[in-house]
Amino acid sequence: MKNFLHKEGTRSVLASLISILIGLVAGSILILVVGLTTKGLGLKSAWEGIQLVFFGLFSTGRNASGALTFGFNPSIVGNMLFRATPVILTGLSVAVAFKTGLFNIGAPGQYLAGTTVTLLIALSIPTGVGDLAAYQAAQGIVPAVTYPTWFVWTLAFLGGLLAGALWGAIPGLLKSLLNINEVIACIMTNWIAANLATWVFDVSNLKNVIENTKTSYIYKTTVNGVATSKMGLDQLFPGSQVNGSILIAIALAVVVYVILSKTTFGYQLKACGSNRYAARYAGIKDKRNIVLSMAIAGSLAGAAGSLYYLSGNTEFFWSTYQQLPAVGFNGIPVALLASNHPIGVIFAGMFMSMLDIAGLQLTNLTAYNEYITDVIIAVIVYLAAFSLVIRMWLSGSGKRRHRREEKIIPATQETNNSENIDRPAGDGKEAAEK
Amino acid sequence: MSFLIRQTLIYAVPLMIVALAGIFAERSGIINLALEGIMIFGAFIGVLFVRLVQQWGWFDAAMAAKNWPALQGFMVLAMAVAALFGALFSLLLAFAAINLKADQTIGGTALNLMAPALVLFFIRLIANQNTLQMYTGDSASWFMIKKTMLGYAKTDKLGFFAETFLNKVYLATYLCIIIYVILAVILYKTRFGLRLRSCGENPQAADSLGINVVKMRYAGVTISGALAGLGGFVYAMTTANCSANGDVAGFGFLALAVMIFGNWKPLNVAGAALLFGLFKCVAASYASLDLNGDGRFLLKEIGVNINFYRILPYLITLVVLAFTSKSSRAPKAEGIPYDKGSR
Repeated sequence: MKNFLHKEGTRSVLASLISILIGLVAGSILILVVGLTTKGLGLKSAWEGIQLVFFGLFSTGRNASGALTFGFNPSIVGNMLFRATPVILTGLSVAVAFKTGLFNIGAPGQYLAGTTVTLLIALSIPTGVGDLAAYQAAQGIVPAVTYPTWFVWTLAFLGGLLAGALWGAIPGLLKSLLNINEVIACIMTNWIAANLATWVFDVSNLKNVIENTKTSYIYKTTVNGVATSKMGLDQLFPGSQVNGSILIAIALAVVVYVILSKTTFGYQLKACGSNRYAARYAGIKDKRNIVLSMAIAGSLAGAAGSLYYLSGNTEFFWSTYQQLPAVGFNGIPVALLASNHPIGVIFAGMFMSMLDIAGLQLTNLTAYNEYITDVIIAVIVYLAAFSLVIRMWLSGSGKRRHRREEKIIPATQETNNSENIDRPAGDGKEAAEK
Repeated sequence: MSFLIRQTLIYAVPLMIVALAGIFAERSGIINLALEGIMIFGAFIGVLFVRLVQQWGWFDAAMAAKNWPALQGFMVLAMAVAALFGALFSLLLAFAAINLKADQTIGGTALNLMAPALVLFFIRLIANQNTLQMYTGDSASWFMIKKTMLGYAKTDKLGFFAETFLNKVYLATYLCIIIYVILAVILYKTRFGLRLRSCGENPQAADSLGINVVKMRYAGVTISGALAGLGGFVYAMTTANCSANGDVAGFGFLALAVMIFGNWKPLNVAGAALLFGLFKCVAASYASLDLNGDGRFLLKEIGVNINFYRILPYLITLVVLAFTSKSSRAPKAEGIPYDKGSR
């Protein structure tokens, strides 16, 4: 048992769970304070809000007497899975970059790049089915060739991946060749992507003109008959928006896990993250690996945007130049919560979307609103900044290593090769006994 | 031309003051990635203060009597409150980065996530929408200095200088420039400034000479927070009609870029901020920009898409960084938690 507690993996999971708990408690305290100090709210409403913060996923509304009811609702769980897809992927994106020692705050831009290219491909290649074809036929436009929808879907998805990879590679190149701080480069490419997306769709003919009320949105991809397959999940979670993209996201997480921990390439990436100069000394091409790592990270964030908008029930607000998509930034807390472990990212992403649902329930059912969940996320990230300290408290030792590991971001996170170094001092004997 | 200079100043001044905020933090050795978040928080607090005071009716008499000095005093008070709360908010970063030796980039990101979340949570509770506005009137009628206030008639023709710098301007713009100069002098010409900078270059050496590194870094981050909060409110007042919506359009990040562009030196940073202000101004009003006063809108006639002008500031940052990154002189100890034992 003691051995189990001292395992690096167990400690990261424990640290994350403690962070989550503190975050939820902080959110509850905020609700309590607001409830008690605002006229017309009071303790009862605060208690309802706190219940929703913790169990929002299982909320089923209010009954006839006005009390909150809880229970299992397959459509809400399905929606949770649907919303988890993009955060899992942006979380993976941030995690991969972290492993190579890079802070990928550029996920929003890569997400937008993926979205833009995916929508362009999915909507401009004629399939001959859907409302768009009917609308164009009425205008007298009949395409000479049409392509099957699965072909267009695949092309659009791959296009999104590539666009994200390209957008991620830019800060990578700037970092490795010119030594520009990747954080600044990522922030600049974010805003360039936001403006470019607006520009592209502004001059395109993909603005929704069929439905009059949707003028600032791009067509749904279903207008062209393109949508991700449900893969039977709609049977499991009837009435929800869920589709096969969650399975694709999980598959990608497994792929990333295999690459990072079972291949030479993954080992090289992590070596660059632990100590770039030592890696170079060992004959690893550090510059190439930095660019590749950012490209992989970018392609994952691109996939997030791509899958979200290929789902068929989402519309893209094209005049996006003033705001960056929050999903991109939410990849950061997801990666931190999961200690950059690709499999952990799946669960952290689902937790995030669970919070999201809880926020919606708060807005719908109480006087509070969904931003409380963003506060909770921020608290969790804040705790993650000194997660090393928390982990130190958990193990009650390791003071002397603490300094050296803090200089580089990924070293504060758990990596496979640091497992041995990271063990608390007292653990060596037990490991030997084992 | 007057319009262009005036507008450029309006965009450049918040950038400048927030970039100075970045300088103070980084020169003391702490990377302050949270500038954006602190700006958002400062803007919210400033606007909330204005709104509450208006609601209580403290300045209704002054407004009715057109007592402009009193209203300007009101504005200065709001600026001070925004700065104070910006400083308080930045203590979160200081505590994590200095006492807990946390990762400063992630700590800053946490504050960047926290500020819009908190602010929007309260705005929704207070205003039942996503934007917090003034209680009555608008920013221009309450706080803007117009030529009529200075004794000119509405029809008077002012000279170029007076037209540019005295008509339709905000006192806040000039106050910020004065604060900027004073703080730049403090950073370079006083004992306190020298000590602060030494903590960003070699904290161990500074400590060995009896300088309290922890105290100096706290001072750096707190001043940084106050300036960023002030900058956030000035931004909200001058460009967003004194409203807060949990967003400052990436100005905090742009200020970080300006700081790096200006090589962490106040004079260069001021120049860089003016350049960026110019681009922001062109992007915001390119369609109505009449440079030589002949009634033709040159930039609009060229026919370049507006999004191009919006991209320009970010693109130029990248290009300039590409050329200057080799010679960049960042504070040597920035981002590294201070540890007495290390060499």
